[in-house]
Amino acid sequence: MKPYLKALALAAGLGSALVASFQAVPSSTRGLTAVKYAPKFSASAPGTTPEALLAQAIDAIQRERFDSALERIDDLIRVKPNFRLAYLIRGDLLLARARPLSRIGEAPQASAARIEDFREEAIARLRAYRQQPDPNMVPRYLLKMPPEQQYAIVVDTTRARLYLYQNDAGRPRYVADYYITSGKQGAQKMREGDMKTPIGIYHVTSSLPPNRLPDFYGTGAFPINYPNEWDRRLGRDGHGIWLHGVPTDTYSRPPRASDGCVVLSNTDLDLVAKHLQIGVTPVIISDEVQWVSTSDWASERDDFLGQLETWRTDWESRNTQRYLAHYSTQFKAGRESYATFMRRKQQVNAGKQWVKVELSDVSVFRNPGREDLVEVTFSQVYKSNNLGNVMKKRQYWQREADQWRIVYEGAA
Amino acid sequence: MARKYNTMTMPRPAWAPLSALLIASAVFFAPCAARADEIQDAGRLLRQGQSAQALDKINQYLASKPRDPQGRFLKGLILAEQNKSAEAIDVFTKLTQDYPELPEPYNNLAVLYAAQGQYEKARQSLELSIRTHPSYATAYENLGDVYAKLASQAYDKALQLDSSNASAQSKLSLIRDLVPAGNNRAPRPATGRPEPAPAVVASAPAPKIEPKPPEPKPVAPAPAAQPTPAPKVAAAEPPKPEAKAEPKVEPKPVAEAKPAASGESEEVLKAVRAWAAAWAARDVRGYLGHYARSFKTPKGESRADWEKDRDQRIKAAKKIEVGIDSPKVTVQGDTATVRFRQVYRSDRLKANSPKTLVLARVDGKWLIEQERVGN
Repeated sequence: MKPYLKALALAAGLGSALVASFQAVPSSTRGLTAVKYAPKFSASAPGTTPEALLAQAIDAIQRERFDSALERIDDLIRVKPNFRLAYLIRGDLLLARARPLSRIGEAPQASAARIEDFREEAIARLRAYRQQPDPNMVPRYLLKMPPEQQYAIVVDTTRARLYLYQNDAGRPRYVADYYITSGKQGAQKMREGDMKTPIGIYHVTSSLPPNRLPDFYGTGAFPINYPNEWDRRLGRDGHGIWLHGVPTDTYSRPPRASDGCVVLSNTDLDLVAKHLQIGVTPVIISDEVQWVSTSDWASERDDFLGQLETWRTDWESRNTQRYLAHYSTQFKAGRESYATFMRRKQQVNAGKQWVKVELSDVSVFRNPGREDLVEVTFSQVYKSNNLGNVMKKRQYWQREADQWRIVYEGAA
Repeated sequence: MARKYNTMTMPRPAWAPLSALLIASAVFFAPCAARADEIQDAGRLLRQGQSAQALDKINQYLASKPRDPQGRFLKGLILAEQNKSAEAIDVFTKLTQDYPELPEPYNNLAVLYAAQGQYEKARQSLELSIRTHPSYATAYENLGDVYAKLASQAYDKALQLDSSNASAQSKLSLIRDLVPAGNNRAPRPATGRPEPAPAVVASAPAPKIEPKPPEPKPVAPAPAAQPTPAPKVAAAEPPKPEAKAEPKVEPKPVAEAKPAASGESEEVLKAVRAWAAAWAARDVRGYLGHYARSFKTPKGESRADWEKDRDQRIKAAKKIEVGIDSPKVTVQGDTATVRFRQVYRSDRLKANSPKTLVLARVDGKWLIEQERVGN
């Protein structure tokens, strides 16, 4: 090959190969819940984060400024010496000086699948860097967080991203977002071993310190409560879905590489871990996060809280028919069917002269996915003439025609 | 990376699209002193952005000296600056025809073609530019190889090819070392690091029959065929009790040697070329046939061992090229010394190294008695 053609090789070969690889994917629009992203302004991004350096390098490649691209990549390797994607791009930039390239990752020993992994990682990181969430939009799921929940995590498996939100007096406020790896076979886990990441509303259940873990899990692991009540009701099984780090010999893994876990780079996991409250912090995993404007978010929240309040007052009213109208014919709680639940409630209510129900620490999360489903958790203080109890309760409400109805209820 | 138009001795003008046009130099062109002023004036006008005036000036100059290369070159630059690509291409093309040994006009042609998106023409021009001097081509090719090697290292890191396994293994063995073995267990050697051979060699009473030490590079007959990188050899090289293993042959004083009769030296050269050809053809028998029975093996090993080693090395390469560059032959009676640059290239390695062969005339045939790297 003729190395002195490096300039042309770069322009014609690497240029087009890499440039074509990194065309940003435009965001889709879907009416009210449209996914809207604001372009990231360089001022808002520190220029030395790994993703900023990567984006600068790829930007330089797209503008065919390959020398400065190589400088940025070398900066990146200095910051993250185990960043394999950076080495791949470095290899391309160097090889292109020797001969024309036809694709990214010309490494002769690399399988097409591995190169595709790198390409996907590059695209996911670049897209996240270039298209930040619009500050006026919030994830639709975080309808109501009690003060106790200081942070919430929202994961988007398609975009390979984890978003950290802070509970700012009831409003979700964006804090940061991070690159993640999720299940090899995608999302919507159904079965043990299907290598998919679950979709739903979870929370971290414990913290496993790194000294009790193999190197594979990096600087820590946080199991989540998959399968939750709703998963079990739908017959989903499997276990051992964690948030965890990466092995020490790499900075990151491809976007789809885990057996279903959500994997962060070790530095990112450490940052996120600081905000995790065991048993408290919600982890909502979606395959495509829906974003809504804060005003739409507020009206959805108020609409639902109104329904919840009606349920509470109807219960207190001892008008059994009105109270039971909040329950779906699909209702099921453990072994109890809709019919037996109805009978039991009618009997119980018949013996009441008065009922008092107080709810506190209410959290409301919309379930990711196609159906309109909301998970509600609260502390319930129940008092009546012949019985009183205090419990933590969880319900799933589903939208049926024009009304939210309870499809599951149980102790949380 | 911007396409580079070289600048030679003149400062580069600040024009945007053609920032790397090669600026003509007094190194290659030597106009007569009286006329040089006019060219300098035109160049100055061009740098000041007064390209129209510069063009007038250079046209005046060329009216009296229509063939002057530096004037024509500057005219090409001025036209390029004025975005008159077709005219500039015409000027540079004619320059390449009149002065095919000059790289600069080719380079600038390439830039102009590339600006028009004619990359194939640009490539051809750049290739011709580099061919104006054989050293350029070699240097660029070597640079390309170095880039390719660096790229390969980066890919290895990206894909965690060899290194990942190696590091995993060393970690495993490290863990084995760290985990205390029970008292009832026999101590195990550190599996990660095999006992280095040198210790064994040093304590062995009979150095003659010990396992063959790695081939010391300086005296290897074919350093080019060494598949492993040199540092490894250096690290593993056992201390050598026998100093004689390093045959140190002083070059004979050249003054003593009379210039060989051209017929004799031709014969010697023919033998050397045949030796190189057999080597390149990986014809081991033919290759070994060029060595005299009295050939001094480089490490003092037996002839059989040496031949076996050569056989393995030559057969290990898929492709070998051996070039004999600028040989110098001196003949004294039945002994000839040939010094040359050996340009070795295989699928594994490329080396360009000085080499000396000492040949002896045996039964009318020139055979190699000594072979060493260096002059």
